[in-house]
Amino acid sequence: MAGLELLSDQGYRVDGRRSGELRKIQARMGVFAQADGSAYIEQGNTKALAVVYGPHEIRGSRARALPDRALVNCQYSSATFSTGERKRRPHGDRKSCEMGLHLRQTFEAAILTQLHPRSQIDIYVQVLQADGGTYAACVNAATLAVLDAGIPMRDFVCACSAGFVDNTALADLSHVEEAAGGPQLALALLPASGQIALLEMDARLHEDHLEQVLEAAARAARDVHTVLDRVVRQHVREASILLGD
Amino acid sequence: MKATWSSLLTGLLTSWARPREVFHSPESSLLLPSSANATPEFEGRGGDDLGTEIANTLYRIFNNKSSVDLKSLCISPREHCWILYVDVLLLECGGNLFDTICIAVKAALFNTRIPRVRVLEDEEGSKDIELSDDPYDCIRLSVENVPCIVTLCKIGYRHVVDATLQEEACSLASLLVSVTSKGVVTCMRKVGKGSLDPESIFEMMETGKRVGKVLHASLQSVLHKEESLGPKRQKVGFLG
Repeated sequence: MAGLELLSDQGYRVDGRRSGELRKIQARMGVFAQADGSAYIEQGNTKALAVVYGPHEIRGSRARALPDRALVNCQYSSATFSTGERKRRPHGDRKSCEMGLHLRQTFEAAILTQLHPRSQIDIYVQVLQADGGTYAACVNAATLAVLDAGIPMRDFVCACSAGFVDNTALADLSHVEEAAGGPQLALALLPASGQIALLEMDARLHEDHLEQVLEAAARAARDVHTVLDRVVRQHVREASILLGD
Repeated sequence: MKATWSSLLTGLLTSWARPREVFHSPESSLLLPSSANATPEFEGRGGDDLGTEIANTLYRIFNNKSSVDLKSLCISPREHCWILYVDVLLLECGGNLFDTICIAVKAALFNTRIPRVRVLEDEEGSKDIELSDDPYDCIRLSVENVPCIVTLCKIGYRHVVDATLQEEACSLASLLVSVTSKGVVTCMRKVGKGSLDPESIFEMMETGKRVGKVLHASLQSVLHKEESLGPKRQKVGFLG
């Protein structure tokens, strides 16, 4: 009769985490040999794959070329088997287009596009399994892929989602917590400067609580940054060992 | 599955529904989205042509009664049956797509577990479907008769199996042969811009049958070995 308790009296969530705890993050760079840059990330059960091609010449109409900076093109697609119910259209539907625009906005803020005028950078993100926090996983995977491609960026872009239940802010929501219908915040942060690249919130939240939720999301994004930094350093170490120095 | 330079993921979802035909024949449906990850040309709707071609070929192969035992998918005759949705996600294109996709589909079918259901009849006669409580109580599909595709590319006067992208670019015509584990050819198709001599077609078919039998044997042994590892096996994915 009672609904699923998102936060127990002792402060444990449905999957046993604390309110500010992230899910386990595992990532790998350089997954595909053919692409310029690629990365795979697993945040709990959410799995995302990002592939970067570029910078290369503008495909399609030359009129879209910007004279002073690069064009960032993002496509988001989620596999038909990524959710419990089969999705008929992997890309081209409204949600995917919107996500693509969000990713584009996020990365235009971070990539140093002035260094590559009149060219195009393609970022393709594929969600293989969706268990909440898909936008965050996509952004994190895309950051690693852009770094793998060697495209200069202002800073890492780390993203995390946050919610608010029982006067406590929860970080890194899973699908069960998202489906419960409470307020959800998605935040993409450039950790070194603390600048926010994208901020999106759904559902009603009292403005008194906003700062608490924002703080929780920012802290979680910084934790994600620690993990991603470690992954990048590990990758560079492996690559330099292979080069033999 | 990863086959050096070609990577793709196959997902199999089952859902129960009313069969469209009069007989209690279940059906399976195939969808093949090509992700833009493979090449930038697949962005948006670019990969649809390739997807349709592969989906139609696979559908022809799997649609006959001898490949997959469709009768085992029936729940109650003329009313309910299982539909299998096979979705293949192409991640990286490194040549020899058809073979790789067919192997992945066969492996996914082998891995599928369909829960056992019971049909309960109400007093009014309306039927209700009930899933068994044990999550491990399921039926497996028999994939012994599922064929594998072998693509033979004609380069010059010889032909090669398992061609890479560069080798495919050199070949003008290829022959797709679908072979079962016993060496029976179920489907054959010629693709490509060039033309093939009838004698070379026979030669290529013989090679295809030989290679197909070996492929089946090694695939079976790999699948059984992975299966025997049981729940302790490591789900490696891309991280390995």
